[in-house]
Formats: sequence, C-alpha cells, structure tokens
Amino acid sequence: MSNASANIIALKTIWIKECTRFLRIWVQTLVPPAITMTLYFVIFGSIVGERIGTMSGVTYMEFIVPGLIMMSVITNSYSNVASSFFSAKFQRNIEEMLVSPVPTWAIILGYVGGGMARAMIVAVIVTFVSFMFVDISIAHIGYVILTVVLTSTLFALGGLLNGVFGKTFDDISIVPTFVLTPLTYLGGVFYSVSLLPEFWQNVSMANPILYMVNGFRYGFLGQSDVGIATAMWVLIAFNVVFFSGAYYLLEKGKGIRS
Amino acid sequence: MTNALEIKGLRKIYKGGFEALKGIDLTVQEGDFYALLGPNGAGKSTTIGVISSLVNKTEGKVTVFGYDLDTQLADLKRQIGLVPQEFNFNQFETVRQIVVNQAGYYGVPRKLAHQRSEKYLKQLGLWDKRDQPARALSGGMKRRLMIARALLHEPKLLILDEPTAGVDIELRRSMWDYLTQINKEGITIILTTHYLEEAEMLCRNIGIIDAGRIVENTSIKKLLTQLSRETFILDLAEGHKDISIDGFESRWSDDNTLEVDVEKNAGLNKVFEQLSGQGAKVLSMRNKANRLEELFVHMVENGRKQEESSQ
Repeated sequence: MSNASANIIALKTIWIKECTRFLRIWVQTLVPPAITMTLYFVIFGSIVGERIGTMSGVTYMEFIVPGLIMMSVITNSYSNVASSFFSAKFQRNIEEMLVSPVPTWAIILGYVGGGMARAMIVAVIVTFVSFMFVDISIAHIGYVILTVVLTSTLFALGGLLNGVFGKTFDDISIVPTFVLTPLTYLGGVFYSVSLLPEFWQNVSMANPILYMVNGFRYGFLGQSDVGIATAMWVLIAFNVVFFSGAYYLLEKGKGIRS
Repeated sequence: MTNALEIKGLRKIYKGGFEALKGIDLTVQEGDFYALLGPNGAGKSTTIGVISSLVNKTEGKVTVFGYDLDTQLADLKRQIGLVPQEFNFNQFETVRQIVVNQAGYYGVPRKLAHQRSEKYLKQLGLWDKRDQPARALSGGMKRRLMIARALLHEPKLLILDEPTAGVDIELRRSMWDYLTQINKEGITIILTTHYLEEAEMLCRNIGIIDAGRIVENTSIKKLLTQLSRETFILDLAEGHKDISIDGFESRWSDDNTLEVDVEKNAGLNKVFEQLSGQGAKVLSMRNKANRLEELFVHMVENGRKQEESSQ
C-alpha cells in the first residue's frame, strides 16, 4: 500500500472517530444549539423583533437568521475540536496517533473535519428551526456554502490551537467565554454596523467575525455591511495563518511531546 | 542477523536541565526477547519514548530494522507496536473501536482492521467484550486491550513498558505465555519490568539501565553466571533442630525451616548427603530470593559507586 493511500485511511479514521464522538453524545452536542437558537428566535426575533420593525430593508427576524446560524457554526466547530483534542491530550490517547505514522496534516484535517461536520449538522438544525419562524430565501447559495465552510474550518483550527496550548479544562473555556462570545455578539449578529457611530464602525472592522456574519448574510439576503470579496479574503487569510500555526506547533510537538 | 533496534550515543536533556539519558548504546537483534531493567527514574521510559517518538531526543542515533528515526520516521513507526505503562486509550470508546481506529492510523483498511480485531481480541480473550466501552473493563482486561491495540498493524517489534504491573498472577502467567508465543512466531519483543522473575522467565538478553546509563547489556545466561552464591530454603520434617551442615553457612528461620548458602559450583549433593546422614527428611526446597534480583541490586549499586568515584 502506498503512503498516500495509508495517509488517506488514517485521515478518514480520525474523521470517523471525531464524528462518532460527537454523535455518541448528541444530547450534549446537537440538542443545546437547537434549544438556544429557538429561544433567540422567539425572544429577539418574534417578541423584540416585532417592535424593531425592519433592519437593512428586511424584517428583524430575517436579518438575524444568518447571524444566529453563523453563531452556532462558530461555537460548535470551535468547542468540538478544542474539547476533543484537549481530552485526547488529557487522557493521553493522543499518543495513539503520535506513535503511528499519521502525518501532521492528517491529524489537523481529521480534527478540523470533525468540527466542521458538527458545525454543518448544527447549521442545518438551526436553519430548520428558523423556518418555523420566518420564510427565508437564499440569494447566493454559493456564498452561503463558501462562508460556512471557511468559517467552520477557521474556528475548528482555532479550537485545535486552544487544545494544543490548553493545560487545564479552564483553559478550554476561557477563550470561548472571554474572546469568542464578545466578538460574536459585537460582530453584527443582532445589528447592522451601519447603525454605529463612525468610530465604532471602524473598530468593528477589526473584528474578523463581522466578515463571517456579513458574508453569510450576503449569501442569504444579498446585502452586507462589508464587501463580499473582502469578507472571503479575510476568511481565507485567517485560515492559512491558523493552519500554518497548528501545523508548526504539532510538528514541533508543543504540549504533546516531551 | 538484522538488528531490530540500534541505539548509539542517545542523550536526552529535559527542559530544566535534567539529563535522563547520558549517551546510551543499545542493540537488540531481530527475534530477541529483550528485557530493559532499571530502578524508577533510570531512563527506561524515556528510552522507549524516544524510540516511539513520544519524546524528542537531544542527541544520538536510533534505527529500527534499519529505518532511521531522523530521516525515515514513518517507516520506523510502522515497525513498532507500543504497549505503554499507563492506560492511554479513550475510556468512552468500545474495545473494538479502539483497536480498529489504531489500525486505521497505520493505514490498515477498515475491513482488514475488523478482521484482525476479531483475531487479536479472540487471542487475548476480549472478543466477548468487543462492544463494551473500555472503562467497563477490569484492570487485567485493559492491559490485554493495550497489547491487542499494539498488534493490530502487525509490527515486527513490540515494546512493552511494564505490561504486567498490577496484574494478578494467573493473568500474568497467561500474558507470559502469549508473549512467548508471539515471540516464537517472529516478533521481536522489548520488555521493561519491575518483576525480575518475569525478565528471567521470558527474556534471552537483558540491559540494565541506571541513572541514564547502560550498566550491563548481555544474555540472561551470562548474567546469571556472575552469581557467586545462592540461598536455598529447605522445609524439613519436625524434630531435627539439632542438625548441622559442615562446609556451608546455614541458619534456622523457624523450627522446621533451614536456610543454606551454597557457593557457585559447590552443588547441593553434599548438603543432602549430610542431611540424610543425620536422618533429616526434606519436604520441599526453593530459592530464597530471585537470583536476578540480587545481581540487579549489586550492579546498580556498583554503577553508582563507580559514578561517584569518577566525579
């Protein structure tokens, strides 16, 4: 058997293992986002949204749907990989991979693929939940797919980096709580940045999540606070940087080899 | 004969400056059953960690069946099956998932991995437990699972780091039988253990490592010839407390138990001649201590004295 096909088998094995893991604990991984997003739709979309009226030319409910789906994608891809990789480190079963000839890129893609799979399933669930509240059409399906793929990859890579650096379970929850959640809420999920004063609009442009939410919103509604090309390039650039960082750290054995 | 493992000038200095390995040289031939012994912290696990690439070496050269650790890492890894000291599988996965996944990491197609999982899990008495999560297994079963996992990709070199630690005698014996059998089938085995009896029973060659240095690397037979004397325990029938054995040091440990020190090549015939001459009836006889254990302690102490005097 050639090295290439052996590596593909190894990659598939890691991916299947990761998917089996989050499907085995589906009550913890797939149900909570559905419940949380239903509450968001009910409270912010229906109850509060009716008083807000329209935003950027669409109903408030239609406006927040892409952002809420994207929020689920971000948190699920990130937390899946961060917790799975850290657990593997903590229980030392990461050694199963380290002693075997799995190349570093396959370990990264296997874990990232697992995070993406969970994010996609959650995205589909949340999309179906949104259909209960609003009739939403998709303006550019290509951008919807591209944005969700690039975003889930990026945050799965972010989760992997968190898992590599994490030394305790606290370290795994610090980044989502103190970095991801504020950036997501300030990334234009619930409002258009055009409503902000100019200074805060400019500050918001430094938030990478703004580009993801708006790229996704462009795919759904055909409108965005930022240029769609800029949004895609920002996503691609971050993906390259995060993948390179993860590759370098794993090759070096950061946190996993003595 | 090909060398299964060749180590030259291996050094490992951990962050903080602790030098765990101080330039060790080691050769294990193909087909050998080799014991690596040493006290806690001697460098056994670090050596195994370097060979299996879990520990980055500081200096030196390691080859496994001719594959170089620095330049042919993937090929080198394919030759090795590792059974680590601590349970390091995912406790929530089933027994079969653990072994099939491990095979997958080595590029074994899933269908073949399932066939092999049946073979090895049956051999190790775990087939009935295949769909149970690993956390539900007993300690002995978990040990056997680690061996099955290490064999799924059919390595040529099996490294076991204290595989029978905490395992009951019956299970330990069955593991010995299994390891002997797969060694006869051609798998080279390197074993670290604290049970010196285990090394004596199973292994042909032995390396003793202490404070990061190999202090002995020879065959078990040659090593045991260095033994100058042995102590035998004789259980006697009652009523012979007054007997004495000329030419041998002896002492009573209780009313019916006599300990006799016998010099190498002196033989036991003279002991029995004197005992039967005085009408003593020997009910049973055994070694007082494991012979290898005495040598091991002696060598480690000597090594330390030499190191102290050279400083």
